[in-house]
Amino acid sequence: MAKVFEKPKALTGKPNHYCPGCTHGIVHRLVAEAIDDLGIRENTVGVAPVGCAVLAYEYFNVDMHEAAHGRAPAVATGIKRVLPDNVVFTYQGDGDLASIGTAEIVHAANRGEKLTTIFINNAIYGMTGGQMAPTSLLGQVTATSPYGRSAETEGHPIRMSEMLATIEGTAYVERVSLHDIKNILKAKKAIKKAFEVQIAGKGFAMVEILSTCPTNWGMAPAEALKWVKDNMIPYYPLGVKKEVV
Amino acid sequence: MAKVLMKGNEAIAEAAIQAGCRYFFGYPITPQNEIPAYMAKMLPKVGGSFIQAESEVSAINMVYGAAGAGGRVMTSSSSPGISLKQEGISYIAGAELPCLIVNIVRGGPGLGGIQPAQSDYFQAVKGGGHGDYRVVVLAPAGIQEMADLVIDAFDIADRYRNPVMIMGDGMLGQMMEPVEFAKKEVTISEKPWATIGNKEGKPRNIINSLFLDTQDMENHVLKLFEKYKEIEKNEVRVECYNCEDAEIIIAAYGTTARIAKNVIQKAGAQGIKVGLIRPITLWPFPTDVFKKWAEADHVKSFLTVEMSMGQMIEDVRLSIKDTKPVHFYGRTGGMVPLPGDLLKEIIKIRGEK
Repeated sequence: MAKVFEKPKALTGKPNHYCPGCTHGIVHRLVAEAIDDLGIRENTVGVAPVGCAVLAYEYFNVDMHEAAHGRAPAVATGIKRVLPDNVVFTYQGDGDLASIGTAEIVHAANRGEKLTTIFINNAIYGMTGGQMAPTSLLGQVTATSPYGRSAETEGHPIRMSEMLATIEGTAYVERVSLHDIKNILKAKKAIKKAFEVQIAGKGFAMVEILSTCPTNWGMAPAEALKWVKDNMIPYYPLGVKKEVV
Repeated sequence: MAKVLMKGNEAIAEAAIQAGCRYFFGYPITPQNEIPAYMAKMLPKVGGSFIQAESEVSAINMVYGAAGAGGRVMTSSSSPGISLKQEGISYIAGAELPCLIVNIVRGGPGLGGIQPAQSDYFQAVKGGGHGDYRVVVLAPAGIQEMADLVIDAFDIADRYRNPVMIMGDGMLGQMMEPVEFAKKEVTISEKPWATIGNKEGKPRNIINSLFLDTQDMENHVLKLFEKYKEIEKNEVRVECYNCEDAEIIIAAYGTTARIAKNVIQKAGAQGIKVGLIRPITLWPFPTDVFKKWAEADHVKSFLTVEMSMGQMIEDVRLSIKDTKPVHFYGRTGGMVPLPGDLLKEIIKIRGEK
């Protein structure tokens, strides 16, 4: 009987530590499927962030670096300069990429580093217990915005994809969501393309993935998916923000 | 190869290229700017890669990535920039990666000044970043030694999979002296642990310093310290000068050691026997050499001379366990000790006994 579903080779198969209903697991699978589809597993080096995906090096079945908080694009730059023929990706959350690591992501993109960045935007700090992220929505209640995020005191949520799309070195940036099957399939395509852009040597590529954090949002998984659709997508519109052909 | 006249900073850069260093990541800061400029010019000619990073933090994290991928890599900076690099240095030490970090020290704290100082001794030798770790610290006292130590630094880094720092100062970085580059064959050891892609059937390589299990974390640190013990056993370098009949022994490194040598001649002419112990490795510190001379009857006291308010003096006192008086003379903030002032200090100490 032909196998119709199996674990991608680019995943180790180690059970992950993510909370029930968290979408990290889906993204891990999509990234691994893209690596398998492109036949680049033996040639890929990944960089794990600090945050919920800190242990990503235990899940991706490729050579991996664990980076300091926010520094993954700098670490990946160093790797890529030594190994220009390898495929190098970073996997980063919103605290990592859009707060402490803004300098690193902006300048990696600006140098046109041939890297692929997978950016998980779930509008909150998960690992440390639900603090406000730079991407938290206005009014969103978190551990460090207990009265709801206010534009007056915390500023507006930051749109990284739109910002990075203004940069010359960015070759491809798209925002996708995981709130239903149709969008998961779109995300899969975008992730694969972000690797293809790197392989073609076009420049920096990033996919921003609107994700859930049921635990810190205080929602059931299904409710969290609906919250992405109803609250995040209106502020963070989906689609390709830049593509160099 | 004939001798050439070079600035210390340029000699460091040329020596690094000759040592096979092909990756440099840095950020401009005075007084070390000749190093990145030299690398920016020369690395593309030898198939290497130079990046002026967006910050020192990014530069050291590029070093971390490049070192993990198996590249022979370095960065350079000066005091405030080295403070910013401490995050990455801690990760590099934790993940056991080889690299060279050059600190051309200037006065501080804070933004400080741009003139020579030795006030980063604590930061370099006692850790600097967070956690239980050590960095090998080499302190050249001349341009030739700077060049020679760069080549050795890469080999030490590879041998122990550990960051190595060369600590100079604004004087050594900026002054010119003749230097000769011994054209020797460079052999860079295999790095089976490097992340170059996981070939089917081989174990995965992971560059990491995260150990959430406390026992794993402790075991990792214990393993690091086994390695540090080896370094302490094998890598101590020190110069002893005129110690054989000295009544006072000066402890000084780098620029101040050169001034001390000059003063030792002057003191000798006045009938005062002064010697010098010049640590070339600040870590591992030449403890045994200090201990040995402290046991000699003719040695009445030690005088630590630093361009700081006194930092290495703590290691001198620890080494000899305060069995003899340890005096201190220092200038700081970019001020360089004058030979005449140091001589006065020696005469004063002699009068005190």
